[in-house]
Amino acid sequence: MTDNGGQTVRKLWTPFNVIVGIILAVGGVLTLMRFTQGIGAVTNLDNNNPWGVWIGFDLLCGVALAAGGYVTSAACYIFGLKRYHSAVRPAILTAFLGYALVVLALHYDVGRPWRLPYPIFVSQGTSSLLFEVGLCVFLYLTVLFIEFTPAAFEWLGLKKIRAVVVKLTLILTIFGVVLSTLHQSSLGALFMIAPSKLHPLWYSNYLPVYFFISSMFAGMSMVIFESTLAHRYLSRHMDDTHHRQAFGVAMGFAKAAAFVMVGYLSVKLVGIAIDGHWQYLTTGWGMWYLVEVIGCVALPAVLFAMGVREKNLKFVRWAAAWTVFGIVLNRLNISMIAFNYHLPSDQRYFPSIMEIGTSVFIVTLGIVIYRFVTTRMPVLHEHPDYPAH
Amino acid sequence: MNTLFFTLHDFMVHTKGVTYLIMGGILVALPLFWWFLTERDDEN
Amino acid sequence: MGISRRKFIGCLGALALGQAAGVPGTAKGAAGKEFSGWPDSLGVLHDITKCIGCRQCESACHRVNNLPAPETAFDDLSVLDQKRRTDADVFTVVNRFDSDRPVFVKTQCNHCLEPACASACFVKAFEKTPEGAVVYDESLCVGCRYCMVACPFNIPAYEYHKALDPRVTKCTLCHPLLKEGKRPGCVDACPAGALISGKRDELIAYAWQRIQTFPERYVSHVYGEHEMGGTSWLYLSGQPFSRMGMREDLGTKSAPELTAGPLSAVPIVVGLWPVLLTGVYAISKRKEKIAAQEKQAAVEQAVVQSRKQAQDQLETLRKKWEQEKQSAINFEVKKALEEAAAKDPEPSQTKEDE
Repeated sequence: MTDNGGQTVRKLWTPFNVIVGIILAVGGVLTLMRFTQGIGAVTNLDNNNPWGVWIGFDLLCGVALAAGGYVTSAACYIFGLKRYHSAVRPAILTAFLGYALVVLALHYDVGRPWRLPYPIFVSQGTSSLLFEVGLCVFLYLTVLFIEFTPAAFEWLGLKKIRAVVVKLTLILTIFGVVLSTLHQSSLGALFMIAPSKLHPLWYSNYLPVYFFISSMFAGMSMVIFESTLAHRYLSRHMDDTHHRQAFGVAMGFAKAAAFVMVGYLSVKLVGIAIDGHWQYLTTGWGMWYLVEVIGCVALPAVLFAMGVREKNLKFVRWAAAWTVFGIVLNRLNISMIAFNYHLPSDQRYFPSIMEIGTSVFIVTLGIVIYRFVTTRMPVLHEHPDYPAH
Repeated sequence: MNTLFFTLHDFMVHTKGVTYLIMGGILVALPLFWWFLTERDDEN
Repeated sequence: MGISRRKFIGCLGALALGQAAGVPGTAKGAAGKEFSGWPDSLGVLHDITKCIGCRQCESACHRVNNLPAPETAFDDLSVLDQKRRTDADVFTVVNRFDSDRPVFVKTQCNHCLEPACASACFVKAFEKTPEGAVVYDESLCVGCRYCMVACPFNIPAYEYHKALDPRVTKCTLCHPLLKEGKRPGCVDACPAGALISGKRDELIAYAWQRIQTFPERYVSHVYGEHEMGGTSWLYLSGQPFSRMGMREDLGTKSAPELTAGPLSAVPIVVGLWPVLLTGVYAISKRKEKIAAQEKQAAVEQAVVQSRKQAQDQLETLRKKWEQEKQSAINFEVKKALEEAAAKDPEPSQTKEDE
């Protein structure tokens, strides 16, 4: 965003810095309130609605949109698609930051955050799907961290340890895919314990499958979406390889995403058929369901396909943003909008401005760290001493 | 299994606990076996 | 199924049943294993038709559990004008539902046989005790509130306004009193006989006996017998339970049964995914290698071919050159011979040439 490109003079009072500064300051105040007066002081959560945007957006959307990490590294290292190589590092960085921020957001949401290691180290509630999620997120965060360290080691000039980590690439990638499959699907399965609270159109025995499949195209769309932003604002940090491969990466992921989305729609259709829920489609909830499934999955899939056929990067980028929006809508529907659908409207949940403010604060923090890292470490470009392996 | 369980919940906590340990074992064993399997593959 | 009458502690007077007890809730495991809950566990039967809405049970609950006094006193019945639910410092509430005459319903934790809260808890903070009570261990709780999401009866409440040590709170079925062989506080305090405690199996049998004896008084449904796999609290009512805000669409599947499917898919992924992915990797690697080999072979062949071509060319050139050389020599020789022959016999001819 700084338009002094290349010059040594760095302006402090840029619009970007001012907006970020304000958001971070507000976030600091909210943090203070949360940890001195309790969750109730900043949120609209109540006994009927124990989970709000901090879970629905920060956790569910955060994890889904960070799926680009496992998708890209699997494409490059397992499926042998070398032309995605320049997209791997930014995707791993985003995934790592995404998960780190998810864990940070959890510190706000749970009552006693210092006990977050309890499920793993103190008392293992293995019958809970949340245990599964917690364990996998913990392990995957570790894997992502190790996967990202080569960039930091190159920056710091630690050649030997970098070589060791690079040798682990394949096994780390496979672990990453296994752990991602597990926790992405388990996040959906979290809601299977409450069939009486989630609207039948969203509740299904296939919930874990829906979450896993949608995480794939969420990840791919997020890689495209992110590279759109990075090309606009961080272009000067990219090398020729990155620029040369970017078009191919976008087109390849667009093609894959479009096809996976059609698969997702197929499974959704099967889900409705197998539970015999056709009659709900004509209700108000049914309309809303169709807005999500047709409006925010089927249509962007068509736009992706058109973009791929016409080799039109603009179509692909718009489709990616649209798909990301669709994923967010889906996760919010399941965790908040279609959850507790049977309660009278005065008992329904709507987030407070302070809850939303905290979420905005956490996302902003992510952008700032991403910018800090990419402008310093070899992420969007290769380090001259370490050409592609 | 000698342990007697009266609720499905207690049974699941126990069996899933054992399963998680086995899963950890699998994740260690599989790469080691792959290494054993392919160690003598020559590079050509 | 026979009924053991030992250790009978409820105020269950008229238990003259000759028939078999109602089938207690059963939960099936993934492999068809069945669990019928702790034997001889205790429960409470709430006869809604007998409740007079005096709130004595609420008052006793506060006293036994040392809960802070509410804003309105317990003898102030005006609170019944609005619908209430359990809260952080309110473990039980009585609500009034108006039909032809007012009906009062007491609400508290139902103490499921297979508790959803316990199944959902990732630190085992909830436990279904052999006595029947579902109890909560504050020292383990992280405060994720997944138990509240999972509870089909919307019972657990949270201390949202505590900054450092918020707890989940709910009825304990007066577990400490049960262990002493005493009755829960609310049951003890009920002046109308609307609450009866005892062994769950016997309460179910008694409830069905009531329904059969007074079919005009009760609907033919013991709420809690099968709901969500069965609960330790049971209800008798004169009208459909859904009219009093009690959901009749919960189904009979218990919480652990609902999550058994996805939980058993987890280890399959761990077992098969690495194999599959390593296979894909090996195939793509092999393809790469073969492609590289083919490329190399093609290059080598091309080199051989071009070398041969060059050699052939060289050969033909050399032959040609040799031929030319030979013909040049021949020519020279011939010329020399001719010259020699010409010198001797006819010198005049040379002159002619010049």
